[in-house]
Amino acid sequence: MVASNTELAYNSKIEGDVIVSRADAVINWIRSSSMWPMPMGLACCAIELMGVAASRFDIARFGAEVMRFSPKQADVMIVAGTVTYKMSSAVRRIYDQMLAPKWVIAMGACASTGGMYRSYAVLQGVDRILPVDVYVSGCPPRPEALLDALIKLQEKVKREPSASKLLSA
Amino acid sequence: MPAALDAVAAIKARWAGVTDRASLDHPAVNVPASELLDVLRSLKEEHGFDMLVDVAGVDWAAGARPRFTVVYHVFSTARHEYVRIAADCADDAAPEMPSAVGLWPGANWHEREVFDMFGIRFAGHPDLRRILMWDGYLHYPLRKDFPLAGIETELPDAEVAAVTKTGAIAAPMAGGPFVAAHGGINMGDAEPRAKDESWSERRPKPGP
Repeated sequence: MVASNTELAYNSKIEGDVIVSRADAVINWIRSSSMWPMPMGLACCAIELMGVAASRFDIARFGAEVMRFSPKQADVMIVAGTVTYKMSSAVRRIYDQMLAPKWVIAMGACASTGGMYRSYAVLQGVDRILPVDVYVSGCPPRPEALLDALIKLQEKVKREPSASKLLSA
Repeated sequence: MPAALDAVAAIKARWAGVTDRASLDHPAVNVPASELLDVLRSLKEEHGFDMLVDVAGVDWAAGARPRFTVVYHVFSTARHEYVRIAADCADDAAPEMPSAVGLWPGANWHEREVFDMFGIRFAGHPDLRRILMWDGYLHYPLRKDFPLAGIETELPDAEVAAVTKTGAIAAPMAGGPFVAAHGGINMGDAEPRAKDESWSERRPKPGP
């Protein structure tokens, strides 16, 4: 009589200290589980961003609670608010200072499209100067919407061919 | 008699060029630009209007004479009264006004803003740079002949412009300002929409 195998997960007693996986899966798992945000708070969306970080919505549940005010320590720039043309060079420079791999979330109507500011002074969407990964609608978006954007970004990161990118870089 | 009216009467008696200005609230006077600083100094030092609340510019549109006016609001912190002083710029092409920074250091940024938005230069200003728009911007956005959408120009930072290959564009207005429609609808259900929806970014505005 053969006992059916009830081991569904990794069992170190049987397999030893060896895990077989794909490099992409491991790298992406590490990257997506601790995305440190660069809070580019420029307007009222930044207040909502603070709400996301605080206890009620608690972005720490998704591993992104470490807001870094140094671009060198950040993975994902959350552009929260109205980007004026005067500010646009600073936003782009801070993005340039972030170390790869890096991602961008455009939070709210203003960062996504210029929003209600159809004016001479406002950049009509931060995607004109940055490669945006996720757009969040809302003015400002609900905290849940930003969490959803973060989850979507994590899903996107998990699909990336990270190992081949690292080897070709 | 309130202090503001007193002060205005005294100023009008002393400077012949000072005239009454139509006003719905505070006493207001028109002052020739050449006498502006003397009038402001008198208001500050003799009449107790010790606080400069605001310096504003007015553009009466191209062709109007005078085209540019600078409006000052001074406030008496002891008597809690305002006086409004308006001075026309003599030159319509290169408007200029004496700077009030020597009287009130706080006039510095007010005057920079008026310079930034209207292009009115303030003679004697210690640091007349743009304050809201970036250095090197060519236009004066609050002039009447400046379109709300803006004028296509380069980004403030040449390096960023070179990398991103983009510039400051005229904002897509798509039917003009977005407003909630008036009329027999429930405003709570109404989405703000463009006044004229016959054209958009994709479908150009029909010609005249």
